Amino acid sequence: MTGGRSTQFRGSLRARLVIQLLVIAAVLAVMLYFTVRVTADSAAEATQDAILGAATTSIAEQLRATDTGIEVDLAYATFSMLGAIGQDRLFYRINVGEAVVTGYDDLPMPDVLPTSLAAAFYTRPYLDTQLRIAAVRRTMVVENHPVPVLVLIGQTRAGQQAIADQLANRAALLGLGFFALAVPLSLLSASSVFKPINRLAEAVGRRGPRDLRPVRHPAPLELAPLVTALNGFVARLRGALSQTETFIAEAAHHIRTPLSILRTQAEIALRQSDNEQTRARLRTMIRAVEESARSASQLLDHAMVLYRSDQLEPVAVDLAQITRSVAHAFAPAADLKELLLVVEGDGAPRMTRGDPMLIEAALRNMVDNAIKYSEPEGTVRLVLTDAAGMVGVDVCDQGRGLSGANPVALTARFSRGGNVADVVGSGLGLTIVTEVVAALGGSFRLTEQPEGGTCASLHLPRH
Amino acid sequence: MRFLLVEDNAELARSVRDLLALDGHGVDWAATLADATDCLKAATYDLILLDIMLPDGDGRKFLQAQRRTGQDTAVIVMTARSSVSDRVDLLDSGADDFITKPVDFAELEARVRAVLRRRGGAAQTVRQYADLSFNPLTATLAIHGETRDLRNRELRLFEILLAAPDRIFSKDQLCDRLFSYAESVSDNAIEVYVGRLRKKLAGSAVRIETVRGLGYRLTAT
Repeated sequence: MTGGRSTQFRGSLRARLVIQLLVIAAVLAVMLYFTVRVTADSAAEATQDAILGAATTSIAEQLRATDTGIEVDLAYATFSMLGAIGQDRLFYRINVGEAVVTGYDDLPMPDVLPTSLAAAFYTRPYLDTQLRIAAVRRTMVVENHPVPVLVLIGQTRAGQQAIADQLANRAALLGLGFFALAVPLSLLSASSVFKPINRLAEAVGRRGPRDLRPVRHPAPLELAPLVTALNGFVARLRGALSQTETFIAEAAHHIRTPLSILRTQAEIALRQSDNEQTRARLRTMIRAVEESARSASQLLDHAMVLYRSDQLEPVAVDLAQITRSVAHAFAPAADLKELLLVVEGDGAPRMTRGDPMLIEAALRNMVDNAIKYSEPEGTVRLVLTDAAGMVGVDVCDQGRGLSGANPVALTARFSRGGNVADVVGSGLGLTIVTEVVAALGGSFRLTEQPEGGTCASLHLPRH
Repeated sequence: MRFLLVEDNAELARSVRDLLALDGHGVDWAATLADATDCLKAATYDLILLDIMLPDGDGRKFLQAQRRTGQDTAVIVMTARSSVSDRVDLLDSGADDFITKPVDFAELEARVRAVLRRRGGAAQTVRQYADLSFNPLTATLAIHGETRDLRNRELRLFEILLAAPDRIFSKDQLCDRLFSYAESVSDNAIEVYVGRLRKKLAGSAVRIETVRGLGYRLTAT
């Protein structure tokens, strides 16, 4: 699974989820801040407007038309009410008709004159600041003429701004607090979302290599397709593996039965024939049958070793016990050559970890070699060893040795020594041994003994 | 000896029966486990040669069932598989030994001897010839009360010669029976074993004669 498509999906889902949750939290915090800020601004403005409007209206109410003109009473109470907002400066202006009668004559006028009794409000720059201004219009009768009177009161906005800023600061703190709370919460929520995935992964990971039962671990709805796919794959794998095992067993049966018939028939013919030429041919036949039987079993052994190495599920194995058992199985074969098969050093268990079938296949091939290449009436010694963290067995014969052949080259597939043309063999025996050793983390060595003969040494980690 | 051969392949069964007959053994053949059960009810055998994969079942199950009913005849399983773990499995089911196909008959003889020896031997295995008695299970010759141990090849050579006294066996015939076909054997190898066997026979009326140009024969004077 390499290439462009898969790289898109690298990285952590958890990190993606956390980042997304945090982005949402940040956006919400910022929105909260602005909402509070706008609301605070407008609330402060409304408060200011209400007071300004009341003050302006109150002044306008006290306008009196007299004979000499219009009288205005700028009551202190009115301005003290305005002072309640804060340290804001006040400006006023009263217009009668077009003329300014009192106050600041440059105080900005409204764009449109108020038409009703209610005050009009607007904000204008004035001097060095912004003013909030309320304007009230009244019509007075002076000298029997209706005259429009306009009362303007402007106030700086520092107080209102201070309140709005204070509120906005609190809103900012609130937003930050919200975000700070969102960080652990989103981490927590991401973990809880991924917990079922992790549990499922653990459940699958805990299984042994030969555990091919379907996954029954409870999984959330969203993981169901994954579990179904996994189970489908496991089922196919199980099918393929059991076919391999059955195939190896069936192949052995189908190869060996015809070979048995051939061998037995040839042997009968050999017993019954007096013709020397026929007998020579029959001997060649039997030898060939023996060779193919041996090759077949080693090929099957080889397949079995490869298959079981892939499926390795190590158990505690007593090398001494396997050695005794192999020696026992080979005793009649050795006896036919009047060879003595001796097991030494098997007084104590020699424990290692591995697949007993693999270890036994390796040992069987080592002993088979030793018997094959021994001269009759010799001794084959199976010596159990235990040194430097490794348990081992040396299979030593008194045979022809290696004749200087490279011991490493002899372990290659279908490779045979230069001095063995007269002995039946497939050249797979030592390959099987080295493959077993590789699968189990051990080592294998062939050494020529100074007094003649060969020692094949198998070492496996002690357990 | 009397064998019961349980093997579903007719040709293989016939071949094995013929070959064992050449060595003077009687063989009954059962192609199925049902036949085998019938044979075991009708006769007694020294040894059962049992195949594992049979049309009407697994040889191991049959064996277990037979052992449960007290059937105690020695059993050697002929299997197409060679691993020792199979062997342990087979021995657990009640087999005495196993041999892989294709069967090497020299090896089969050796295993049969070993099995019967372990089980205390069949009574009729001791053969009398002239003034000696021969027990192939214990590999011993008894001459005038004196017991002599035979080594494997001496034993087999003596068995071959004793099967047909006075018959001449060529060196080749003896070599074929005595040595594995996988071995290379020198021409005079057989002379070594004949020489040794003669030493073991010393003091008896039984002799191995060299028939010049033809071979050897066993005679008693």
